Amino acid sequence: MSPLLPAGTPAPDFTLPRSPDAKLRLADCRDHPVILAFYPADWSPVCGDELGVFNEVLPEFQRYGAELLGISVDGVWCHKAYAAARRYDFTLLADFEPKGAVSRAYGAYRAQDGFSERALFVLDGAGVIRWSYLSPVGVNPGADGILAALEALK
Amino acid sequence: MTARLTPPVSARDHAQGPADAPVTLLEYGDYECPHCGRAYPMVKAVQRRMGDNLRFVFRNFPLTRSHEHAEHAAEMAEAAADRGKFWKMHDSLFEHQDALEDENLIAYATTLGIDPQWATAALEQGLFRERVREDVASGGRSGVNGTPTFYVNGGRYDGLLHPDALLDALVSAATPE
Repeated sequence: MSPLLPAGTPAPDFTLPRSPDAKLRLADCRDHPVILAFYPADWSPVCGDELGVFNEVLPEFQRYGAELLGISVDGVWCHKAYAAARRYDFTLLADFEPKGAVSRAYGAYRAQDGFSERALFVLDGAGVIRWSYLSPVGVNPGADGILAALEALK
Repeated sequence: MTARLTPPVSARDHAQGPADAPVTLLEYGDYECPHCGRAYPMVKAVQRRMGDNLRFVFRNFPLTRSHEHAEHAAEMAEAAADRGKFWKMHDSLFEHQDALEDENLIAYATTLGIDPQWATAALEQGLFRERVREDVASGGRSGVNGTPTFYVNGGRYDGLLHPDALLDALVSAATPE
């Protein structure tokens, strides 16, 4: 499997569904930092903790003008139900078809399992990866690395 | 990447035990979270075992979007702290996780001798909301990765939430190398 894209790499552009009737193109998210949080699956307990923590820390991300995007291979209807149930205040993107293509482009796909790694990227306003981190799949990473990377962008 | 407590424990924190204890255990917790409820007797157990060798500190990390009572419970704990009753309120909240409606919170305050009208106003006016937000922001910087998250002498504890495992980590932190 290809390694996680490191800092200094231009972030590969992509267009993914953000809801059943809307798409998001990464290249349209410029002039502010973007946090990409790849995670294995909606509903699994560890992801719930990770994204739940990020949801509470959103005001801290927003102090840096940063936008948080969660990405997994789950489909849009699954994301819609999951985001509503957990009351997430950020966007979930469906890397569903072709399955895991964006995760693969970032070196954040577990081909043997068929889902995304637990991997974090911080992109600057020009769309360049400034920090990336691959977490052990069973360990919840927390927001400290993201916040330190956002602080370093200033 | 090792998550470190940021900022470190200071006079602003709520602490039990000697300030010069060789080990400080800090918890980021949510009064409505069932995992934190299960950790509550574990913390009491290690406090009994460690005695004056342990200082215990609690900071708020309410998961407000999944636990609808967690924010007000945290604010009431801070309100009680303002009246010198933090730990009594802390215990009341964890011992009554199934009764955290505002009326319950105000009843706990009243039992502790806090003016119920003031306690009501504290919640309604959000007098301690900012204080709770400061804790959550510091939790983000400290690498909180769920509730509860514990720190032993400033380093995140990623071990099992079991009294024996936690006690081992505390004893080892208390023992000079």
